[in-house]
Amino acid sequence: MANAIEASRLDVGYGGRQAAVKVLSGLDLSVEAGSFLSILGPSGCGKSTLLRVVADLLDPLGGTIRVLGDTPHAVRSRRDVGFVFQDSTLLPWRTVRDNVRLPLGVGQGSLTRKIEDRSDELLELMGLAGFGERLPHQLSGGQRQRVAIARALLGQPKLLLMDEPFGALDEITRDRLNDELLNLWRRTGTTILFVTHSIAEAAYLGERVVVLAANPGRLIRDLDLRPLKQDGNRCTREDPAIVAAMAELRTALEQAS
Amino acid sequence: MRPAPLSPQMAIALPVLGAASLLLAWQYLLPLLGVPAYIVPTPTAIFGVFQKNFALLMDNLRPTLIEALAGFVIGNLAAVLLAVLFVHNRILQATYFPIVLFFNTIPILALSPIIILIFGLGMTPKIVIAAVICFFPTLVNMIRGLDSASDNEHELFRVLSATRSEIFWSLRLPRALPMLFSSLRIASATAVIGAIVGEWIGSDKGLGALIIQASFNYQSDRLYAAIVLSSCLSIVLFCAVVLVERRVIKY
Repeated sequence: MANAIEASRLDVGYGGRQAAVKVLSGLDLSVEAGSFLSILGPSGCGKSTLLRVVADLLDPLGGTIRVLGDTPHAVRSRRDVGFVFQDSTLLPWRTVRDNVRLPLGVGQGSLTRKIEDRSDELLELMGLAGFGERLPHQLSGGQRQRVAIARALLGQPKLLLMDEPFGALDEITRDRLNDELLNLWRRTGTTILFVTHSIAEAAYLGERVVVLAANPGRLIRDLDLRPLKQDGNRCTREDPAIVAAMAELRTALEQAS
Repeated sequence: MRPAPLSPQMAIALPVLGAASLLLAWQYLLPLLGVPAYIVPTPTAIFGVFQKNFALLMDNLRPTLIEALAGFVIGNLAAVLLAVLFVHNRILQATYFPIVLFFNTIPILALSPIIILIFGLGMTPKIVIAAVICFFPTLVNMIRGLDSASDNEHELFRVLSATRSEIFWSLRLPRALPMLFSSLRIASATAVIGAIVGEWIGSDKGLGALIIQASFNYQSDRLYAAIVLSSCLSIVLFCAVVLVERRVIKY
């Protein structure tokens, strides 16, 4: 299968080329199209920075990156990428439906492919049918994140970038949303890059988990979980093979910190 | 532990009772204490002026209302437009915003004679003074409001390839509205102050002029009536702003 992301010797930093504080150094990473990749690492290891480079929100200092066979800028201009932030980033003055419809109102000018209004279908898919006219402050944290995911999916992106989207939620809600996200991924076939602090979440969701170390951010472990899971990336949280993989990831994470 | 909140009925009844108790004390206690009527006339005497001189009060209210309203609209509109220009051109902001802030330090009372020298004795200088007094708080708040969107919100719009104009209309402006309305609420009172200050310095019409004339002629009941009317004007403008705010900001 073709790669959705191809990064080679990627250097990313802040403060310009000369006096840069390097956040990622010499990162090599390939991600298969249609796969689910979890990115795990301590604070400051550059997990979120990596997503920002893929989304064309940040330019790398060195190395090369190809996204869906093209430059990040071209992919962003085509609106082939969706982004879900840790806080839902819903606009508080817009109703739930209008938040999901945001991609219809902005950025359509340069687009050859017009986005269709699938807001009702997506709200139903995310279990939010009947919530369309509510305002974001009338929703729970989990519901707000569901709206953010629906908004990211409106443009039918080929690549979904998720930056600790469930990090601020309670464990029960987080587990439920993990299952919903996996169902969504199986249904849409979208490539997902999922940044998380949680070892259990990374192992449960990812077909593959990469662990980054900090100072500077670099890849120290790349664990393929597909042999441990059933078809469609299915497993239980208590599966001994998954628990063993979590222990392996914990060891890698301890080395990374 | 925090005290339990008051019921809505009590929240209305208590301030009404508070005002009534103060008015009663003013009406009956101050004369008993020997405070002369030419210093503090009783509420009934002030109310009497509204009955006797209603036409005079309305004749003087009209120019003040026009000046305050025109100053409010012009001052706030200019502030909003300049704030939009500043947030879209950082060099312009860095160059001129400190100078604008410097002008804000000049007391309006010191600036008013100059404005009257420039614009003469008609309504224009009063409108300009009211506009100037509204301008600065709105400018500062509007700049802060237009810049108040979070980094994540800006990144969201960038991922969506939004244009600058789309970012302005769909993100920056709605984000700025709560701060804009908080300055408009303040400006609703300061616009009236600006108009009255302008009338003090060079006018024979308006509530400001009436206050000065009543003060010179020891017509304290008329003086107090003019003050009450100025306050009512500010309250009406304030309530109008709040009504619009409630229709516009629903979250």
